Amino acid sequence: MKLDEPRINVKMLRKLLVFSVMMFGFGYAMVPLYEKFCEVTGIYELQQPDVLDKNAKVDETRIINIQLDANVRGLPWSFRPLQSAIQVHPGKSAEVIYEISNQSDKTQAGQAIPSYSPRNLERYLKKFECFCFTQQELEGGETRQMAVRFVIDPELPKDVHTATLSYTFFSLMKD
Amino acid sequence: MAVVQDVHGHVHGHPTGIMRWIGATNHKDIGTMYLCFSLTMLFIGGFLIMGVRAELFMPGMQIFEPEVFNSFTTLHGLIMVFGAIMPAFVGFANWQVPMMIGAPDMAFARMNNWSFWLLPVAASLLIGSFFVPGGAAAGGWTFYPPLSTQGGLGVDMMIFAIHILGASSIMGAINIITTILNMRAPGMTLMKMPMFVWTWLITAYLLVLVMPVLAGTVTMLLTDRHFGTSFFNAAGGGDPVLFQHVFWFFGHPEVYIMILPSFGIVSEVIPTFARKPLFGYSSMVYATASIAILSCIVWAHHMFSVGMPAAGQLFFMYATMLIAVPTGVKVFNWTATMWRGSMTFETPMLFAIGFILLFVIGGFSGVVCALVPVDIQVQDTYYVIAHFHYVLVSGSLFSLFAGAYYWLPKWSGRMYDETLGKWHFWLSMVFFNLTFFVQHFLGLAGMPRRIPDYALQFADFNMISSIGAFGFGLAQLLFVYIVIKCLRSGEKAPDMPWDGAKTLEWTHLPTPAPYHSFETPPVVKF
Repeated sequence: MKLDEPRINVKMLRKLLVFSVMMFGFGYAMVPLYEKFCEVTGIYELQQPDVLDKNAKVDETRIINIQLDANVRGLPWSFRPLQSAIQVHPGKSAEVIYEISNQSDKTQAGQAIPSYSPRNLERYLKKFECFCFTQQELEGGETRQMAVRFVIDPELPKDVHTATLSYTFFSLMKD
Repeated sequence: MAVVQDVHGHVHGHPTGIMRWIGATNHKDIGTMYLCFSLTMLFIGGFLIMGVRAELFMPGMQIFEPEVFNSFTTLHGLIMVFGAIMPAFVGFANWQVPMMIGAPDMAFARMNNWSFWLLPVAASLLIGSFFVPGGAAAGGWTFYPPLSTQGGLGVDMMIFAIHILGASSIMGAINIITTILNMRAPGMTLMKMPMFVWTWLITAYLLVLVMPVLAGTVTMLLTDRHFGTSFFNAAGGGDPVLFQHVFWFFGHPEVYIMILPSFGIVSEVIPTFARKPLFGYSSMVYATASIAILSCIVWAHHMFSVGMPAAGQLFFMYATMLIAVPTGVKVFNWTATMWRGSMTFETPMLFAIGFILLFVIGGFSGVVCALVPVDIQVQDTYYVIAHFHYVLVSGSLFSLFAGAYYWLPKWSGRMYDETLGKWHFWLSMVFFNLTFFVQHFLGLAGMPRRIPDYALQFADFNMISSIGAFGFGLAQLLFVYIVIKCLRSGEKAPDMPWDGAKTLEWTHLPTPAPYHSFETPPVVKF
């Protein structure tokens, strides 16, 4: 920088530089801000257990067919549900078992991410136990069976008869 | 006419040859370098898209592997946005802002040199990425994860290039803000500044507001790729949708960064050739500021299809449609400026009128895209491509041509060939519409963007579009020829080649503008 720059210009430069650095920080601040926003508005609660409503009535007149799906990304694991589908009444709690097995000889960690269909199903699918709430670590050759316990909210729109619950295991190791 | 002429006033001599350019601190030299750089980038980005259009000329795979096709579309976008359009406007700002406000130079001459010389470095990173293993980035110019958290060295080179380009833009913006706020000639109050200066002041503020956020975004991407963080990585608890929110927080103001200076150029050209003062000057200033503020609260309209609550969709839809109001004010004012003016239609005026006509078409298709149900249909189709090329090519690029023809006599002291200029305009106009108008139909019929092959029913429109694109590309070579011809053998330009021009560079400086202008500030009386 030229030393003979008028002081007023240098002051301006300093202010604008500080502002730019603040905006760089703001980019990062958006990460916790969005997290907080989603927590407050309840948009993104995939990894929190839901609280069971004790007064919910079982709707015996409806039967929902829940299809179960399992995928693995970037891990030498096999991952499958023990049954491919179950039938439940809305309001009645259900349990399904998934099985993972590490087919390599090394210990590896993975995280399951759920995905639902139809759209907005997450509002009506209350999970109070799931292996996707925590990371899973498997030793070489180990096999583990894990449960998902959930209840379908009786408020589920009348036109939904079939729903899909899908999990994908992602690798937590950097190679 | 009070002419300030000070060619030999400086104490030290000017370096000549290559050192004049490497060590340049003169705003005119740096402006020239910016403009030459962006013209080069226009042709490199243009070359890439010619390849894309050649592949899309017929259905089936003819020329490229799909990965190379993807790299071509990605780098076309990045090079045009960051290499061609943005530096071109900074080049105009360098040449024009000091002359239009009566300042001797930019506020920080050495920083100005730095902000230019970062550009070729970034450009060589982008172009060089084609030749590294794995090829250039291929995930689209918006580089959404997970594609951008995968990919090879080419993606890292792109990230580094964006860091450098961001630093260059921020320095350029700080320079422009300081020059405009601190160095105006006595009597040049804010509300007497030419519209071009106003639009650049507001653009520069947008730049310091959002370019650092982009720098933060690509830094997060870099640490996700190499340092084990999980901002956007679902497996580690991150969220790819977060990237889109942070990216478009930068990305939407960015599109106004590329169009506000165009509004400024057109607001200088139209009054000159209509020989009337700009209609509704203060409403123009307020409209520009409103557009800039609104641009910061509409980012999620780029992401309607990734899912958000209905309340969010409605907010972003209405906020987006609101932008049509100040934009409409501007179009009304330009039209009212021409109303009953004694108009002549030299090349700059033709490009300015072409700008208004085609930009309005792009604006209307923008309002169509703002509607949530329509947007979910046309998301990622050629309708969106048609929309943003109507605002970026016939908007930004046409206004750049208008400005180049308008100020070329002032910069070079020579007149361009008017007949060839008119040819350039009409060829551009015809081929531009041939290329992009049919893409509206392709998009409405469901042809997706960024795919190297397409279903047979899209064949005819794609062939028309490709022919238009080749014609448009060739027509731009004519521009280079016109500029070279003007510099080599153009007629000597009179001090006032346009008799409606009222801004300081025309009224207070000789033509061509001397190397050092306004070393003593002019007295501004309106």
